[in-house]
Amino acid sequence: MKTIILRTASNYLLPLLLLFSIFILLRGHYLPGGGFVGGLIASIAFVLHAFANGLENTKNLIKMHPGFLMPVGLLVAFLAGVSPALISNLPFMTGIWFPEPLAVIGMVGSALFFDIGVYLVVIGVSLTIIFTITESA
Amino acid sequence: MIQHIVLYPIIVHLLLAILLLFSWNSIKIQKIISAAGSVLSLLVAIWLFSTVWNEGTLTIQAGNWEAPFGITFVADAFAATMVLLTAISGIAVSYFSIGTILKARLKFGYLPILHFLLLGLNGAFLTGDIFNLYVWFEIIIISSFVLITLGGEKKQLEGAVKYFTLNIFASVIFLTAVAVLYGLTGSLNMADLSLKVAAIENRGLVEVTAILFLIGFGIKAAIFPLYFWLPASYHTPPPAVSAVFGGLLTKVGVYALIRVFTLIFVGDAFLETIILTLAGLTLFVGAIGALVQNNISKIFSYLIISHIGFMILGLGLYTEAAIAGAIFYIIHDIVVKTNLFMVSGLIYRLKGTMSMKNLGGIYAKHPLLSLLMLVPLFSVVGIPPLSGFWPKLSLITESFKIENYWLIGAIIFATFITLFVIARIWAEVFWKEGKKLPTIQNFRYFHLLKLEKKIQILGPIAFLAFISLYIGFGAENIQQLAERVGTELMNNQLYIESVLGNIKEQP
Repeated sequence: MKTIILRTASNYLLPLLLLFSIFILLRGHYLPGGGFVGGLIASIAFVLHAFANGLENTKNLIKMHPGFLMPVGLLVAFLAGVSPALISNLPFMTGIWFPEPLAVIGMVGSALFFDIGVYLVVIGVSLTIIFTITESA
Repeated sequence: MIQHIVLYPIIVHLLLAILLLFSWNSIKIQKIISAAGSVLSLLVAIWLFSTVWNEGTLTIQAGNWEAPFGITFVADAFAATMVLLTAISGIAVSYFSIGTILKARLKFGYLPILHFLLLGLNGAFLTGDIFNLYVWFEIIIISSFVLITLGGEKKQLEGAVKYFTLNIFASVIFLTAVAVLYGLTGSLNMADLSLKVAAIENRGLVEVTAILFLIGFGIKAAIFPLYFWLPASYHTPPPAVSAVFGGLLTKVGVYALIRVFTLIFVGDAFLETIILTLAGLTLFVGAIGALVQNNISKIFSYLIISHIGFMILGLGLYTEAAIAGAIFYIIHDIVVKTNLFMVSGLIYRLKGTMSMKNLGGIYAKHPLLSLLMLVPLFSVVGIPPLSGFWPKLSLITESFKIENYWLIGAIIFATFITLFVIARIWAEVFWKEGKKLPTIQNFRYFHLLKLEKKIQILGPIAFLAFISLYIGFGAENIQQLAERVGTELMNNQLYIESVLGNIKEQP
């Protein structure tokens, strides 16, 4: 599928889709969205890039094995779950929040970090699956 | 907060699995993490158990949402015992895997997945929320799918297809049952369900829901008539995987059955008749199946089915002593079945085959090893004073009390066939004169292994054999534990109050 239109478009779409995925991730706490959908959109961005430019180029772009994102994401989610017990001796997974909302992002709490963990795991899993299938095909 | 310990067994395994994933490229580091982590998880399980034993049921609300709205985790004596058994069986399997699993399998994430499986098991035992129980079941079966297919041999994939199909089917039925139950009561918290289900007037609807749960968990526990996936798949993966499957996976189904039928669907004569009938048939059919097999690993698979019958029987009789008998049987069975599959792995290492026709002469060549293997083999029969004897005693006594002679017949039949089968294994595999088997090229026979590997194979077997002996000789302690669990399960008021607080104070 190496048409010039798709290749040119994918160069613009990659950063746009990644930004959109982060927007979806941040929106997730009160509105539709969240880590899972955001992660899927981010991996779609890379898959589209791989379609247009070939798998090798995409791999060079990412620079590391996407599978590495799985333990990283799990660890982030794990720490987000454990932090209330460590910080304020509340039961695990209790939401702890910064008192003041941050600019642009809004309210920040441990739930956001849990979602970021999910986001990373989803990118890692879906890219690993798709890359492996593409390589063996 | 002391209640935090309830979640420690889950957290330890999650952290271990994450660390193992980080060290994906180095099998050596993975082995060290898994070995050290299993010890840690055993210590945590002992800590949880002793706390629960001394201070009674502990509960924690995940996310600090009040029950019945949030997800509750409950460690009563039953759950704590199961967590402890998981840790004991887990440590043995972890060391046995390090010793026997081939590099090709370890390279593709065997150890992380094993710890995800143990994570799921601990979660399933500790949760107090029926939908959360479903989620833990999913973690368990997804991990077990990976473990059963890892390596990709033809017979493994064949077994995995059967295993996969029926377990997914069971999950769908379980999920449907949860949905129906939620539609009936509007709650998912098991303690809350217990109160709400008791208040439903349309008992027919409740019975149908209960039957759905019985089918879903029954497939997972491999009770009659939905057991046939088990002997078709359990002998296909490496012995270390069969050990954790045979020891723990079917027992999760039994655990869920006991939990649901002592807490939510209580005191229904119709259901008790069904459970008793199924138990009798399971005992009977499993034993018959074990008679005709030649592969020792397959014989053990059929023995698992047959012996599930004992635990279900205790549930069906539904008296304190009978449930205590079932709990005692679970404690004995998890240890001994894990060990049996490791023994079959050791025999495979010694001779290069698991076929009874070709095996023989192990006693003449390795008398000490044979004595070690004698312990689990004779424990499973229950030759007094070994561990299988005591729970059967209370089950038979309770069956006599309701004068159900068919059941007593089934128990005695199953025990007799088990004795016969094990005696035949002993005669064929250990006593019979050994045939000259062709040497397999590149097969790592036991005598070719390094001392370190030998210890990793024999250590877990000896450890579990020692625990079996303790269960047999220290039976009064185990009986005391089983009776306490039985009392707690029969008086589910305690469970409900520890989750929801004092009910009478609530409006």
